[in-house]
Amino acid sequence: MRVLRCADSALLVELADLPAVQALHGELRDSTPDGVLDLVPAARTLLLRLDPDRADPAAVERAVREVRVGERRGDDGGLLRVPVVYDGADLAEVAKLTGLTEREVVHEHTEHPWTVAFGGFAPGFGYLTGGSPKLAVPRRGESRTRVPAGAVGLAGEFSGVYPRESPGGWQLIGRTHLEIWRTDREPPALLRPGVRVRFEEVS
Amino acid sequence: MIEIVQPGPLATVQDLGRSGHAGIGVGVSGAADRSSLRLANRLVGNAEGAAAIETTFGGLLLRPDRDVTVAVTGADSPLTVDGRAEPVNTVLRVRAGASLRLGAPARGLRGYVAVRGGIDVEPVLGSRATDVLSGLGPPQLTAGTRLPVGPPPAEFPVVDQAPVRPVRDGDLELSVVLGPRADWFTEQAVSALLGEAFAASADLNRVGVRLDGPALPRARTEELPSEGMALGSLQVPPSGRPTLFLADHPVTGGYPVIAVVLAADVDRAAQARPGQRVRFRQVTPAKR
Repeated sequence: MRVLRCADSALLVELADLPAVQALHGELRDSTPDGVLDLVPAARTLLLRLDPDRADPAAVERAVREVRVGERRGDDGGLLRVPVVYDGADLAEVAKLTGLTEREVVHEHTEHPWTVAFGGFAPGFGYLTGGSPKLAVPRRGESRTRVPAGAVGLAGEFSGVYPRESPGGWQLIGRTHLEIWRTDREPPALLRPGVRVRFEEVS
Repeated sequence: MIEIVQPGPLATVQDLGRSGHAGIGVGVSGAADRSSLRLANRLVGNAEGAAAIETTFGGLLLRPDRDVTVAVTGADSPLTVDGRAEPVNTVLRVRAGASLRLGAPARGLRGYVAVRGGIDVEPVLGSRATDVLSGLGPPQLTAGTRLPVGPPPAEFPVVDQAPVRPVRDGDLELSVVLGPRADWFTEQAVSALLGEAFAASADLNRVGVRLDGPALPRARTEELPSEGMALGSLQVPPSGRPTLFLADHPVTGGYPVIAVVLAADVDRAAQARPGQRVRFRQVTPAKR
């Protein structure tokens, strides 16, 4: 573990891998050191956002180093079933890049459960990991200026669902009618870190 | 109700933002210059985090439909009520139907208009702030927007005028702490950051300020896995030209951050005008 300071605003904790990030995130969420406003998990790091008026970065760092990560394997945020129509604009391209047929891409995407590793990019956007390694594809060479809400995409080791219309560079393989982000709902995001996701094909 | 007659280039409702939602991709947002928002609220007896109007380069004209108590802080703008000049950083009574006008500031960029009782729009995820990056919160103010005012707080204004160090023009000196990814840059990049002057470019908004100046070359060129970013981060994309991130910055970023501006100086950075020169001074944060 390496703890990097971000002036008086945050600590960036560097960890070995994503499961280590998820484990530390889980522990700190249950018992948050004084002066920590927010936790931002990512692929290899956990950012602790501090209240500069209240937090003593050195004390927070000590508290982080003293955390004993228990037996928990990440967080079980429950299972979310996501119905998908697999007619995305990049489905043929993904088949070409992976050497699979389009039907095999759909099979690989639905066969394995995914887990929301972390959020980012936009409110309600979750980076899903742990699915089929056969589906690792690069981002599109050029990002689209307009990706519709509900578009299901792939990029790198991740899958994701666009929470609202936005620009985006992921390879689009399908779409869901599930409203994965609604601010008038509690919680507003369906794809929260720790939630397991099962994609299901619908026509 | 307060009617916005003219919003100026960009006027939004801001408070101290949203905390606790970063894990689902929601940033803090809130006032770009938080100390000015706090001061405006204190002057009218509000809680420090009450929602107020944030203006950009003045140009605001508003009209309340009942008598209100207001305070204007932040950028040094000419202020008039029904054409009569009034000072900023004071407590003002504005009568029903009177026009409060905030002109283009002589110094600084963003002004704050707090109304006793606070702007009482519907909160989203616990905050009334407009986040221009994520689209959360109330829409930006337009001519004809009517803003509800909340009930007056129990506290009363206790001073007439706040002794405020004025927003300065000339070079802006900002204190930074190197890191978290300073080791991704060459020594020349670090000495250029700390030794040379930059200029706030015209590419500047509530998300951040792109800086013109010496390029900051990287020592490591591999891709950085996306990671959480702090307010005040100086992120350097492949072009080598840094962006200083402000209130509506993204929750995570994929380019290395060479240094972070101290929280207190982010407020001053939020008052930088296009073309204003910026220098970075290295500090080591006080140990407690």
